Amino acid sequence: MPGATLRIWRGDKDGGDFFEYRSDYEDGMVVLDVVHKVQAEQANDLAVRWNCKAGKCGSCSAEINGTPRLMCMTRMDTLPTDRPITVEPMQAFPVIRDLVTDVSWNYRVKRQIKPFAPRKPDAPDGTWRMQQADVERVQEFRKCIECFLCQDVCHVLRDHHKHEEFIGPRFFVYSAALEMHPLDTADRLADLKQAGSIGYCNITKCCTKVCPEHIHITDNAIIPLKERVVDEYYDPLKKLVRLFIPRRAER
Amino acid sequence: MPIDFKTHEHDVLIVGAGGAGLRAAIESSAAGARTAVLSKSLLGKAHTVMAEGGMAAAMGNVDDRDNWRVHFADTMRGGQYLNNWRMAELHAKEAPERARELEAWGAVFDRTRDGRILQRNFGGHRYPRLAHVGDRTGLEMIRTLQDHGIHQGIDFFMEYTIITLLKDGDRIAGALAYDREWGHFHAFIAKAVVLATGGIGRAFKITSNSWEYTGDGHALAYEAGADLLDMEFVQFHPTGMVWPPSVRGILVTEGVRGEGGRLVNNAGRRFMFDDIPELYRNQVARDADEGWRYVLGDKEANRPPELLTRDHVARCINREVKAGRGSPHGGVFLDIGWIKGNKTLEGRTIDAAYIQKKLPSMYHQFKQLAGVDITAEPMEVGPTTHYVMGGVKVDGDTQMSRVPGLFAAGECAAGLHGANRLGGNSLSDLLVFGKRAGEFAAKYARETKTPAPARDQIDSAINAALEPFGRSAATEGPYQVQYDLQDRMQALVGIVRVESEMAQALDEISRLKERARRCRVEGHRQYNAGWHAAVDLASLLTVSEAVTRAAIERRESRGAQFRDDYPDKSAEFGKFNIVLRKGVDGAMQVIREPLRELPPELKAVVEENK
Repeated sequence: MPGATLRIWRGDKDGGDFFEYRSDYEDGMVVLDVVHKVQAEQANDLAVRWNCKAGKCGSCSAEINGTPRLMCMTRMDTLPTDRPITVEPMQAFPVIRDLVTDVSWNYRVKRQIKPFAPRKPDAPDGTWRMQQADVERVQEFRKCIECFLCQDVCHVLRDHHKHEEFIGPRFFVYSAALEMHPLDTADRLADLKQAGSIGYCNITKCCTKVCPEHIHITDNAIIPLKERVVDEYYDPLKKLVRLFIPRRAER
Repeated sequence: MPIDFKTHEHDVLIVGAGGAGLRAAIESSAAGARTAVLSKSLLGKAHTVMAEGGMAAAMGNVDDRDNWRVHFADTMRGGQYLNNWRMAELHAKEAPERARELEAWGAVFDRTRDGRILQRNFGGHRYPRLAHVGDRTGLEMIRTLQDHGIHQGIDFFMEYTIITLLKDGDRIAGALAYDREWGHFHAFIAKAVVLATGGIGRAFKITSNSWEYTGDGHALAYEAGADLLDMEFVQFHPTGMVWPPSVRGILVTEGVRGEGGRLVNNAGRRFMFDDIPELYRNQVARDADEGWRYVLGDKEANRPPELLTRDHVARCINREVKAGRGSPHGGVFLDIGWIKGNKTLEGRTIDAAYIQKKLPSMYHQFKQLAGVDITAEPMEVGPTTHYVMGGVKVDGDTQMSRVPGLFAAGECAAGLHGANRLGGNSLSDLLVFGKRAGEFAAKYARETKTPAPARDQIDSAINAALEPFGRSAATEGPYQVQYDLQDRMQALVGIVRVESEMAQALDEISRLKERARRCRVEGHRQYNAGWHAAVDLASLLTVSEAVTRAAIERRESRGAQFRDDYPDKSAEFGKFNIVLRKGVDGAMQVIREPLRELPPELKAVVEENK
């Protein structure tokens, strides 16, 4: 059986340190398996958040050798085991204990975004008709498992701590899913510009790189939203028209 | 000295935030009840998220011959007629409305060519019936409910676990919980409680369920005086991953077979054609060609045998493996790549991209975890503990148990599925009965006064929960007890059962109960997984005993229960359900409860669909 050393950060909001645990692992094991093995055999009280173990729930987000990843989808045989593997909690959120962080900010942000508001049903059976081609781009965004790795890696949050002013890539994707939903009638552009500070994003695509669902966050969600905001607020011709006809949301 | 706790007061307390819990909460708060939802994990992470194939609803969008009558008959046939027929009726009638409601709340299902909700084939369903989004339907559903629910004025308590239900005399009075973050205790006083805690998969070694599914709702209800029903029926999903070892048990959606995937043994034989049950003889394709035409949507064709019910498919796989015809890692082969090169009805040639589009998360899961490209190579699959048909016995209309004010919905309730659940009937179950539970819990709360649970219930539950911290260092931790229980249940009360082994399991369960009473946890109360595992052990042991006792009592093979010592179905045992109730002496009582007779109009529905 191969073996590896995990260097796991342990501690709480008052501080902590890395502790090394040597463990065997079986063929095909992922980092989460080895963390669990350590928990069962060496450190029963090691705190780690997880659920599905199949990359579908987005609970076991952490930083492995410095990269934000899902522990359940990172196979041991993809990591160099000749030196310790570092496992630490996400840096953009306050730590609760060991590998578990307080991600409740994300839930608060979501609640502030205008909810889905469909147009009146217009098909004879009291529902709607939508073509597959028209829902596909929204379906891409709706693959999001809310692991918050994109939030973790985003420098506006991670380095500049703009949590009070900036909603982060996850909620641009969420907003895009609503804005581009064929049935939705609400207008979120003013909020994206003001409360969301979409302008802070300088499209370095770090979020896209870490997305375990391979959502094209920057290209398909953020850039089109930025374009809509620019179109709405900074187009000189439109500005002129707006002098006479206010925008829908302000009427 | 009594340990401190915080008190919260609501009209309706919902335990669990999967599909059933969220749908119940939305309904309850919409009815004006002050509603709280407690979830063991973060919002949106419950096991509903893992549901892949779709939700069954007889909308008839793909095949207009479908309607509630066919869905009802399919559900009853799948459940081998042990189902609560009232629930099966309500479910079949109300599921389409619940699906359309999700769409109105923002869900984006895959579409038919004329722009309606697309429906796919699934095991045991006569017509294409499952509304779906690729193979991530559960995610779509839970996210839709979550995103709708957060604007309804519901109080959410994430990462809270219930340790006991509180009572005021005979009626329910709320629940006592701890929060994971701090390990603090909370007394939730509520007029009505809805249990929506999901399943019991963690009682077994190989399971598709996550750590949460320790049968909490089942055990809480049982302890509070409710009946458990049909606990012998544990669904082993035929297709879980078998390799690598660390992912053993993780679900491989039935959707793979719905899209044409075939099961093959190591000799290359498509063994599912070798054993067609009598009940389905008229509904199965005669040959591979007819099966494929069915997959493509040919209305004249019958389904391929891979789309028989889960109990049957799981047993066939088990048989192949035991007979030495399995795959290298102890499963069989599931091949979807073979459909490449065929043409769809629209004339499109199926290629690898088509498979990836239909089954994106399966593609991803195998590629990343097993290094297998499912568009080119077969998957290795084998049965995995997936779902429990048994649960809290409830009234079919209101979802209330025999304890006044205690409701249950979703997997932790029983009745709809009888002896075997059809794939896709779970997501619809969550919505139909989650809504009903929320509606009737709110109604019950409106009509009753705020209860006052006696303080000593709270103090003794807190003391019991903290006991593992104070035990001597010489005893073992909770994980070894849990592993041993899972190992014993898998070996002795698994897919194939015999009385002698199950009697042995009962002995072992009582020994494990002793060990659980002595196990020790390290550290402090803050986010301490070891402590949580120790607390969960009580529920796991209760449900394990319930499954075993019920399985011993049912001396026949029916649906998910296969008895090697009683390999045939028995007319006698088809006349009752098995109920488990806590006796006054604290021992588990096993009661045979006669089935209620099907009313003539529903009997006619069953007959017309035979």
